Amino acid sequence: MIVEATGLRKAYGSTTVLDGIDLEVAEGSVFALLGPNGAGKTTTIRILSTLTRPDAGELRVAGFDVVREPAKVRGVISLTGQYAAVDDEQTGRENVVMAGRLMHLGRPGAKARAAELLERFDLVDAADRRVKTYSGGMRRRLDLAMSLVAAPKVIFLDEPTTGLDPASRTTMWDAIRDLVRTGTTIFLTTQYLEEADRLADRIMVLDQGKVAAYGTADDLKARVGGDRLDLRFTSAAALGAAAGLLGGFADQERLVLSVPSDGTAAHLHSVLDDLRAAAVVPAQVSSHRPTLDDVFLALTTREGVPA
Amino acid sequence: MSYAISDSMTMIGRSIRLGRRNVDTLIMSIVLPLLMMALFVYVFGGAINTGTAYINYVVPGIILLCVGYGAASTAMSVADDMQKGMIDRLRSMPIRSFAVLTGHVTASVARNALSTTVVIGAAIAMGFCPSASLVEWVAAVGLLLLYVLAMSWLAAGLGSIAKSVESASALSFFMLFLPYLSSAFVPTETMPSFLRGISQHQPITPVIETVRGLLTGTPIGDQGWIALAWSVGLLIASFVLATALYRRRISD
Repeated sequence: MIVEATGLRKAYGSTTVLDGIDLEVAEGSVFALLGPNGAGKTTTIRILSTLTRPDAGELRVAGFDVVREPAKVRGVISLTGQYAAVDDEQTGRENVVMAGRLMHLGRPGAKARAAELLERFDLVDAADRRVKTYSGGMRRRLDLAMSLVAAPKVIFLDEPTTGLDPASRTTMWDAIRDLVRTGTTIFLTTQYLEEADRLADRIMVLDQGKVAAYGTADDLKARVGGDRLDLRFTSAAALGAAAGLLGGFADQERLVLSVPSDGTAAHLHSVLDDLRAAAVVPAQVSSHRPTLDDVFLALTTREGVPA
Repeated sequence: MSYAISDSMTMIGRSIRLGRRNVDTLIMSIVLPLLMMALFVYVFGGAINTGTAYINYVVPGIILLCVGYGAASTAMSVADDMQKGMIDRLRSMPIRSFAVLTGHVTASVARNALSTTVVIGAAIAMGFCPSASLVEWVAAVGLLLLYVLAMSWLAAGLGSIAKSVESASALSFFMLFLPYLSSAFVPTETMPSFLRGISQHQPITPVIETVRGLLTGTPIGDQGWIALAWSVGLLIASFVLATALYRRRISD
């Protein structure tokens, strides 16, 4: 395991931010920390990347103790924070060369590495323009390029696509997948379920500083059950009759009956046949596969607050 | 150790490049003192009796006014790095992240050297007539450098704990105001006694008296040693303070 944490705790004053987190990330995999704002995602990433001291917990990155050997950890990781840490008044190339010089590649080494990374992140044309002229997506890619100068083993990405338009988001996802192909381990946080679903091998759902769920995207989807059919009726009487016939969950307000399904056409046919035989015909039928959104809502909804 | 130096050099190069390209700040840091000098020499100066041509009296004060302005913009640059995530990037790299402050302080000294040179050049064009020997010039420049370095470290320290770039800019008000309560523009003897007490015992007055004495031959007396003691003391205190404030900012 290239990243390991046991019993990670952190509090600011009387506010507990992380309340005993255990996690493991396999080398070369993508790990996503998913959760709403304030769940403790950023704090976890800041602690693992040596920026913040934990109150308790055993933490190792690439075999090094995060608290006792921060300098060694810093040598094998890179951090790309929530806000692109790039200098607006420097050109893209100057930014990457600066990062290379700080990683002690030497002047020629830093220049060569910058040229390579600018090419890889499709920033060659803009390389000698000041960053203030860049779009949001270009800034993020430059930020990532700066993080990669020394070929880190583990890359921490804090909400890498927050605020990006869909096209830039797709480009960023491609860049992240490319990194995985070269054997780099990715530890990312996100508020987007789709992002975790598309990129991550393992997903941890964090809520109020605790682990709400952990597993693959499929594991998590399985936890909220399989497919379902939503049948909408035009009267409460019809809804009641259909519920008596089929079971399932009746939403009295929206006049919708949700019934479990195996997702096949045969099941849909049999449901509709049963309803026609009883002379209660739904106005609309829709079929739903569970998304991570369902998981997310099911897991992170506070008690007493409806989803 | 050699990495500590090369990291600092990288960050100094960055700060100087950023400073050179931040045209607004650069122009302001040169134009503002020139305007102030023109204002004092041509508007107020005629009514202020200093026993010498007013331009000869006012140049050191204008230079220290620039220092205040320069320090404030240094505080803002540092605060900007602390707020916008650059500090997190640097701290997650295997380097001494303190180099970011070294970079800003060095750029601040360079910017002040530039604006001071422009001010002195403009002053000479306006009739400033320094009588200093080479040794006196070197001494004046050395004292100013010490003072600028002290103020830059102070600004870097305050900038690193500022909650925002805006609050760091509030420093400029204080730094720009201080020279008025000194012998920069009027002799302190003309002030009411309670202000005289402040103005004669704040660091700017001995620094100004010493630079004025070195450049134009007015009597220095023991002000030279007092100025040197203030500058060295401030430099040490500012550096220690900046180190402590920076440590505090990065520990959470």
